[in-house]
Amino acid sequence: MAGKMTLSDLNKTLSEMNVQSLEGVKIEGDIEIELDAGAGGVGPLFAYYFGQEAAKIAMQLINFAKAVGYPVDALMQPVAVAQAVAPAPAGMVAAAAAAEPAFKVAAQLASAKFSVGTDKTWKLPIQEVTVGATKADGGSRGVVRKLGGEKAMAFFPDAPMPNAPKITMDVFDMPIGMAKAVKMHYEDVMGSPAEWAKKAVNKFGADLVTIHLISTDPLLKDTPPQEAVKVVEDVLQAVDVPICIGGSGNPDKDPILLAKAAEAAQGERALIASANLNMDWEMIGKACKDNGHVCLAWTQLEINSQKELNRKLMKVVGLPRESIVMDPTTAALAYGLDFAYTNMERIRLGALKGDDELTFPMSSGTTNAWGVREAWMVRSPNKEDSDWGDRMLRGPIWEIMTGFTLAMAGVDIFMMMHPMAVSYVHEITQSLMGLIEAKTPDTTGWLKMGV
Amino acid sequence: MKETSPLNLYKQLPQTNCQKCGETTCMAFASGLIARSKKIEECPPLVEEKKYAKKLAALKSIIAPELKMVYIGVGDKQLKVGGEDVMYRHQMTFFNKPPFAYDVTDNMEEAKLVERVKKVSTWKKFYIGKWERVEMIAVRSVTDDPAKFAACVKKVMENTDYPLILCSFNPAVLKAGLEVAGKARPLIYAANKDNWKEVAQLANDYKVPVTLSVPFDLDGLKSMAVTFAEMGLTDLILDPGTAPNGKMLQQTLLNFINLRRAAVEEAQRDIAYPVIALPINAWMTTDDPVRAAYWESVLTAAFTIRGAAIMVKHSVEAHSMMPDMHLRFNIYTDPRTPVQVKPGLYKVGNPGAESPVFVTTNFALTYYTVESDIASNGIDAYILSINTDGIGVQASVAGGQLTPVKIKDSMDETGFDWAGQKSAGLVLPGMAAKFSGELEDLFAGKAKIMVGPEDSGRISDWMKSFWPPK
Ligand code: SF4
Repeated sequence: MAGKMTLSDLNKTLSEMNVQSLEGVKIEGDIEIELDAGAGGVGPLFAYYFGQEAAKIAMQLINFAKAVGYPVDALMQPVAVAQAVAPAPAGMVAAAAAAEPAFKVAAQLASAKFSVGTDKTWKLPIQEVTVGATKADGGSRGVVRKLGGEKAMAFFPDAPMPNAPKITMDVFDMPIGMAKAVKMHYEDVMGSPAEWAKKAVNKFGADLVTIHLISTDPLLKDTPPQEAVKVVEDVLQAVDVPICIGGSGNPDKDPILLAKAAEAAQGERALIASANLNMDWEMIGKACKDNGHVCLAWTQLEINSQKELNRKLMKVVGLPRESIVMDPTTAALAYGLDFAYTNMERIRLGALKGDDELTFPMSSGTTNAWGVREAWMVRSPNKEDSDWGDRMLRGPIWEIMTGFTLAMAGVDIFMMMHPMAVSYVHEITQSLMGLIEAKTPDTTGWLKMGV
Repeated sequence: MKETSPLNLYKQLPQTNCQKCGETTCMAFASGLIARSKKIEECPPLVEEKKYAKKLAALKSIIAPELKMVYIGVGDKQLKVGGEDVMYRHQMTFFNKPPFAYDVTDNMEEAKLVERVKKVSTWKKFYIGKWERVEMIAVRSVTDDPAKFAACVKKVMENTDYPLILCSFNPAVLKAGLEVAGKARPLIYAANKDNWKEVAQLANDYKVPVTLSVPFDLDGLKSMAVTFAEMGLTDLILDPGTAPNGKMLQQTLLNFINLRRAAVEEAQRDIAYPVIALPINAWMTTDDPVRAAYWESVLTAAFTIRGAAIMVKHSVEAHSMMPDMHLRFNIYTDPRTPVQVKPGLYKVGNPGAESPVFVTTNFALTYYTVESDIASNGIDAYILSINTDGIGVQASVAGGQLTPVKIKDSMDETGFDWAGQKSAGLVLPGMAAKFSGELEDLFAGKAKIMVGPEDSGRISDWMKSFWPPK
């Protein structure tokens, strides 16, 4: 075999052994390796190392050729190969750097135009729901509040929001425990729901008030429904904004209580809070329908349950679409806000994209923020945490962030407690709708500002 | 990455099912790439073997994020900025939470400067089993003096290894800062319409990412991005302007939404760079520090939710850092990860015959909060985690997922030996206090039913007053 083998034989043998050819490397004639500089489109350094790669292959070829008896040594200068696999000489590296295309600052700015479309998949508008009724409509309210009506995600460029988000402030029919930062604002009215409601509207700017009839809870005062609903009449007398009426959350008693309350407030188009799949939703829904109220459909962080409850209220009870608002549950900042946010964002996107079982305004029980320890605890239970600072300042911002985040997901009405939180959520949502005029400072001024 | 079918990624894999990636098949690995739970580098043959070079290149371009990812800083504090693929978090997840950069200035007294830098870089809060922190320092040149700026940057670097943003429109100032910090790959802020030539040169010379600041002119911003890309500078951060109030604030949000849409929904690669927001601008609207801090948080929330990739901030008060960190955490939590722990009986510390059994739900956040409150106070206890479909205590009491019967059944299922307990006490969460009567009947004296605090942060105090039961 010796002396008879050619390189093409070698190539053939290699390919039979399933060794694939290397791109950019051609082997021709007498052991001669040609580099195709075009393969990498590269500078000298790359070629150098690529050459090294090729040299290694050459060495392998040589060894292989030797093994099969080809007289390599007579043809090759091993020294040359050894040189080819040594590190690149310093001079060569410098030359390579110099050969790299030099950075050149452009002579002038390009002239490009920015444009972007809107979301064409948004087909259905959100139902507009009116809460409250004036004399002309059979109620006694001085104003009504319109919720919903969006044709796009909240604050998006696709379509303006027809109605700013509204805030209803909590009023309770008995004194309750509250975080210190909240309590200081209500201590003087705690014993009188009517005074409390007045303060919320006149002093704190509430768009609506919610009278929570919690004293009916069998574990609290167990106030009988007939008696509890008298407070509803007091509140209707005290303020002329629309009202919401809430129960105690007791699934057995709430339907009876809310039905009674709906009768007591007949014609006022109150928001009745709330019907839930775990209680007699039919009774509550029917009371809303018969007395001209809006029903709050409450589910727990689950989009399919929300669809089911909405469907039942429409199909079984026969509530008109303009009498349903959803409460998909508010889990607060640092306590599940991600679930609440995404659940609401998905509900709203689903509605806009055409799911007509979800095209209703959304409500948020933002007061839940006060249940989070960061909102009220004096200091961290974890001794290694950085200092938690002043809880009187932590609490309100907790409520603000919880509410505003959900406004971004599409919430139309917030149930809230702290006056400062109410004012900030009003201000930021209305700012993002372009409703608030203000002198905007130079937006690059921060670079040199004094604080 | 726009690709949604693993098959198209599979085509670019070796298809040998060699399992070196830890997956049983290349197809499974392809699915991992789609979900971004696997990285290309985890397939050794593809990366190492020359014959796959073409496939590797093809795969890299397919899976590149829609919004460019820019690296800031070096070493283990290096930050990934941008790299997002979706408009809404439920579509997959948001990946790289926007770093918070807190400002310092080159005219601060040294002691104050050092104190502030230390405060930012040691700030931490424990949350769901981990320490959460903030990430960056933004050094502003107020003096416009290169020497003062360089000295300030030097002092900052002596006191933190957090990555920096060097902030000035004066190229001489930026250059002085880069002389000190250039090797640490800071972000420079910023090139604008006046200085962009000099700043481009600096970005090239020091190989650092650069911010392009063209406020409220998206045509101008895009023009500058295109110009920089043509010069070979693609580690770009865009500053479309952050107005803190008025109608311009609305325009700010619209710009952020439009830029994100162009990047991830319309694949406009020449504008698909991370965007910087400046909540710090709230401080130019008022002299009242509480009002400024609150408004800064509100702006932080708006831009965290709608697409900022990095932010410059000012307030280092607890009432700012805590809500801002939590908001960012909540928005950037991966919604694909399970939120429930396995129901059952857990041990914390070394519980024995004199240890209480605390009842909670299987909502991960609730469970881990209770666990950390017990563990960090050195208490030995059992925790009974009840299957409430991952709903927290208050909501599951209201919604009927947590009931006395369910508590009894769950306890029975664990086979817990009450008779062997010297102090047999089942502690209800304070939020479920109303179950105690019914539970006493159900347990019929086997265990004493006790009502714990409404917040598990008070378990330690509660133990002092009520445990062991009399
Ligand atoms: S390591 Fe690569 S080639 Fe091997 S199974 Fe995984 S994906 Fe396939």
